[in-house]
Amino acid sequence: MAKEQIHWEDIEVGYQMPILEKIAHSLMLVKWAGASGDFNPHHYETEFAMTQGTGGVIVHGLLKHAWLIQFVTGWMGENGTIKKFSCQYRGLDFPRKMQSMNEPVDGETWQCKGKVSKKYVEEDEHLVDLEIGLENGKGQVTTPGTATVALPSKKKGK
Amino acid sequence: MVPDSLKQYIGKVDPPHLREVEKGAIRRYADAVGDDNPLYYDEEYAKKSRYGCIIAPPGFFGWAKKTISSSEGLIGLIGAMIEAGYAGILDGGMAYDFYLPVRVGDTLVGSPKVADIALKEGKTKMMILRFETSYTNQNGDLVAKSYQTLIGRQL
Repeated sequence: MAKEQIHWEDIEVGYQMPILEKIAHSLMLVKWAGASGDFNPHHYETEFAMTQGTGGVIVHGLLKHAWLIQFVTGWMGENGTIKKFSCQYRGLDFPRKMQSMNEPVDGETWQCKGKVSKKYVEEDEHLVDLEIGLENGKGQVTTPGTATVALPSKKKGK
Repeated sequence: MVPDSLKQYIGKVDPPHLREVEKGAIRRYADAVGDDNPLYYDEEYAKKSRYGCIIAPPGFFGWAKKTISSSEGLIGLIGAMIEAGYAGILDGGMAYDFYLPVRVGDTLVGSPKVADIALKEGKTKMMILRFETSYTNQNGDLVAKSYQTLIGRQL
């Protein structure tokens, strides 16, 4: 259920958002293919992926984008509003394989990280700019991004 | 130089396509992301929220009512890019301006346009395609704009 709502007054520039951990694995990539409609075999068939110059099956850029949106929208809470979002797929990510029907093998865990880079009021909206990114298990940011979020203000009594 | 076979697509717009935002599709999308936000699946909960109903996770615009397969349209551009020798296709990035929430039951119209095609020459040559899509809802209101980048690499 919903956690406590964060307000614009609660945070300052430099505030670090709580980390969201994610694990990409084969099953998740197949689920994503079905849910998003991206059926490119580059994301589930090794033989085809090897012809694509990436060294194997890779995580969908759009799945990583969806994780980052989950990260931002989960943090801003129900009364926050996402206004802008962007991300760039700079590095490739490789999913874990499965050891059972629903459990991935041990391996890499990804982390969505972010901090507040700007806090301002514009046209009566209480806004924050976020610098966000998805970090792989080696601590490399493969998918950097930005977002702008409107947060409720205590002054408005919302 | 961007070959003429690709250049001709700059500024081209695909015929607008209808998209349905269904409850089950939203749930499946949120499940695939691993996002358990009740706004995406719990009707009772969502009804009491400020949205008044289930909404779609930002970035999900439902499913097109018809599969787009026109060789005249943007699908043709991908074919032309592969033919020009840039067959290794990767997503480059995604950006949005969000204006309104997407609600369950919405019917959206998406209008994709080829915003730009550019050649990037570094260690290898890469073709950079930029698409812009506007999504409008059944009331004629602009819901969001998306800016997608695709990269074609020489294999």
